[in-house]
Amino acid sequence: MTGVRVAGVGLTQFGRQPERTGRDLFAEAALAAREDAGISGDDIEEINYGNFMGALAERQGHQAPLMAKMVGVNCPATRYEEACASAGVAVREAVRTVRSGEADVVLAGGCERMTNLSTADVTEGLATAADDLFEIRAGITFPSAYALMARAYFERFGGSREDLAHVAMKNHDNALPNEYAQFHREITVEEALDAPMVADPLGLLDACPVTDGASAVVFVSDEYAAANDLEAPVSVTGSGQGGDNLALQAREQLAVTPATERAASEAYADAGRDPADVDLVEVHDCFTIAEVLAIEGLGFYEPGEGVGAARRGETTASGDRPVNLSGGLKAKGHPVGATGGSQIAEMTRLLRGDHPNSEHVPDATVGVTHNAGGTVASAVVHVLEVDR
Amino acid sequence: MTDENAGYDEWLDAIDDGEGYFYVCPEGHGSLPPRRVCPDCGSPELERTPLSETGTVETFTVCYVAAPDFADEEPYATAIADFGDVRLTGVVRGIDPEDVSVGMTVEPAVGTNETTGDDLLALRTR
Repeated sequence: MTGVRVAGVGLTQFGRQPERTGRDLFAEAALAAREDAGISGDDIEEINYGNFMGALAERQGHQAPLMAKMVGVNCPATRYEEACASAGVAVREAVRTVRSGEADVVLAGGCERMTNLSTADVTEGLATAADDLFEIRAGITFPSAYALMARAYFERFGGSREDLAHVAMKNHDNALPNEYAQFHREITVEEALDAPMVADPLGLLDACPVTDGASAVVFVSDEYAAANDLEAPVSVTGSGQGGDNLALQAREQLAVTPATERAASEAYADAGRDPADVDLVEVHDCFTIAEVLAIEGLGFYEPGEGVGAARRGETTASGDRPVNLSGGLKAKGHPVGATGGSQIAEMTRLLRGDHPNSEHVPDATVGVTHNAGGTVASAVVHVLEVDR
Repeated sequence: MTDENAGYDEWLDAIDDGEGYFYVCPEGHGSLPPRRVCPDCGSPELERTPLSETGTVETFTVCYVAAPDFADEEPYATAIADFGDVRLTGVVRGIDPEDVSVGMTVEPAVGTNETTGDDLLALRTR
């Protein structure tokens, strides 16, 4: 089994760019990743492409071979779909493929075009990640599904909308210097609390925006990196995936996310690490409550303790273990099928030292990424480590 | 596209008739149709069991931004209610959405989606 290195990463601007095609977005990210890696396109042996709702947004199924040709390579390409964790599973399969020795170079990432749709149509499209028979027919939208979890959390463990507002404020602060982020705007706790309600108890500033964007990461074997003299100081040392009932109603509990716990425990065991070793984290904060559930599921906090972490300053840029230094989905943006790759790209930049927020974590060596699908019916966790 | 969903449709009709049911396996795990094996342990021995006449709201939300199929309902409350071995997710009927509370007693019923005219699972307050 060989080690797996991140040779290069690429991102597009995240934000509203409704006129841009998905194929052009992904091409920009993938070509940037290839350039960052300094490799020839001919060396790419597989493309793993994450996308969730292209058939709805662009009336385009069968996107992966389209994307390979947009990147100018002749290799097998496969689309991975796991709702908001689509790129997370695309990355995980790339890591497994390189590790097993089946390929030396795999490009993984994803893309989502969303803002060309109306808010109502995006809401409907995203809701298809929930259970059609038992949730969508009862009027569940993604904000309302996370609102059900937020209220269940408050009922069981306590915490308040004000605690969640601190998560939103923190992630907006982190996005300020990030050139790829959708929002470059500070918000206050009061603004978050006063924002229009979307699905009680979650308001507009508890929710990530609707975003167009793409991400790409070039994974290579240790041997390929050495033979080609690549500068690739970041390795993927752990990978894990967990699943759960699609419908919230069928879960044992509504205020915890066992899929995250399972993915994390597999990834930590794989890397030979435990939560105490982790210096910084990028988690799937599609809603503020989702960050809370994630940092608990990843083992950084006991259930019920994570809700106050941002308010206490423990997860801010200057805290003990910064969470979502990229700005997270909340403020960097959430092009659904690209997010899992974007998290790897941001974590790589943060660990290499070329992210605008790297200055907050100069000695960091171990980072964890967490990508979730639906209401965490899927979760993918990766451990990344940098040579120091 | 036909909107027939065998297994689910019969289950919803049974609720409408006041004869709601769920499945339970020998280990005591509850589940809902269509189902061939227990989702928790894989047992094929699923016994059809009467659904409790009332449940308790475990969590709820009031949705102010609906998908197109619920555009005429805004704002509306969706709740997850505990019926013992299973929970049900439904639109709360019979009360102002903003008056719904955790712990409230509800009964399962079939209501009408005001936007599409389709049947939906409702949780009716007593």
